[in-house]
Amino acid sequence: MIQGFADWLVYDICGLSPESHWGSAINFFIYDSVKITILLFLISVIMGIVNAYFPIERLRRYLTTRKLYGLEYLLASLFGAITPFCSCSSIPLFIGFVKGGIPLGVTFAFLITSPLVNEVAVAMLAGTFGWQVTGTYIASGILMGVLGGWVLGRMKLDGLLTPWVRQIQVKSDKNSVEWESGKQPFAKRFPTIVRDAWGIVWGVFPYVLVGIAIGAGIHGFVPDEFFAQWMGKGDWYAVPLSVVLAVPMYANAAGIVPVMQVLVAKGVSIGTALSFMMAVVGLSLPEATLLKKVMTWKLVGIFFGVVTITIIMSGYLFNWVL
Amino acid sequence: MEIKVLGTGCAGCKALFSTVQEAVKQLGIDVQVVKEEDLMKIMEYNVMSLPAIVVDGKVVSKGKRLSVEQVKELLK
Repeated sequence: MIQGFADWLVYDICGLSPESHWGSAINFFIYDSVKITILLFLISVIMGIVNAYFPIERLRRYLTTRKLYGLEYLLASLFGAITPFCSCSSIPLFIGFVKGGIPLGVTFAFLITSPLVNEVAVAMLAGTFGWQVTGTYIASGILMGVLGGWVLGRMKLDGLLTPWVRQIQVKSDKNSVEWESGKQPFAKRFPTIVRDAWGIVWGVFPYVLVGIAIGAGIHGFVPDEFFAQWMGKGDWYAVPLSVVLAVPMYANAAGIVPVMQVLVAKGVSIGTALSFMMAVVGLSLPEATLLKKVMTWKLVGIFFGVVTITIIMSGYLFNWVL
Repeated sequence: MEIKVLGTGCAGCKALFSTVQEAVKQLGIDVQVVKEEDLMKIMEYNVMSLPAIVVDGKVVSKGKRLSVEQVKELLK
């Protein structure tokens, strides 16, 4: 239906030929922007509903009071996946976990998954690569949180937190204060959820457009299989190289996915592209400076190192599975 | 009355700050809206999701980007 609309607009109304560079680039641009905007809105609404009813406080209490034999890593990681990623909330949540006496490794599991799996990334991937790739991405994002968190937990890094966080940790109390929570009927909440979803869509819309425009440009003008020579599946160094290049880069999923889609169409392997994206959205210099508020540089370094390695591993896994 | 907006300087927090300022202006009450960006101070309020609004030392909203109308409701 959306394709029909794009065809009609570009080929019939504007009179461009489907064979021309401009025709195919503009058609691609319109089709992708409409589809992604709709998906982004729907997924944001769903996530908003889940979030409005997700008992953060109860989960925290659950994690502190039960013995879960490793399952706590999975729970924390899942929790990171469903919370909307906002850099402003991830650090307070981190401290909230520490305050409740939750082990550092479990807290890290949350911190790894939170930026990787979020509504924008899911909507963008679903809109461009389909549900199979999206599902694999979500599953591996959650697994990476579990694995990375467990490894970091094993390393006994508590001494490397900044002193004030360390103090909070020492004073942590399993039955700490009840955190206030407001109850509101759904009918009252829903308008807010929809408005927030619109807020997300508008917030990332410029990035989506820029990303799709770059993608459309490559789509229409760069010859097929162009990238296959240097980022194809066969080269073992493609994954680590693209991950290392991506860590200092900062962009959001909205801008990066449309470009990736085209790179994949031009011969870059999907695993290499996905691990590149994970490194861009999951690790960045602005995030490092935020983490610096609660960790020493050494810990930030170890954290980035472990996550980088898990991303590289998952890149090989993607190339193998997909 | 004292109103504080807690946030670490991300887009959502800045948006809420100006919403609260607008709400205060519309209500015509004479209070200073303070922006609290210091993480250590923020954590003293036991909030895990930001941005949050604190009125007279009590957290009245957290993790939500409210509209001007909703903030006015809270301040009444």
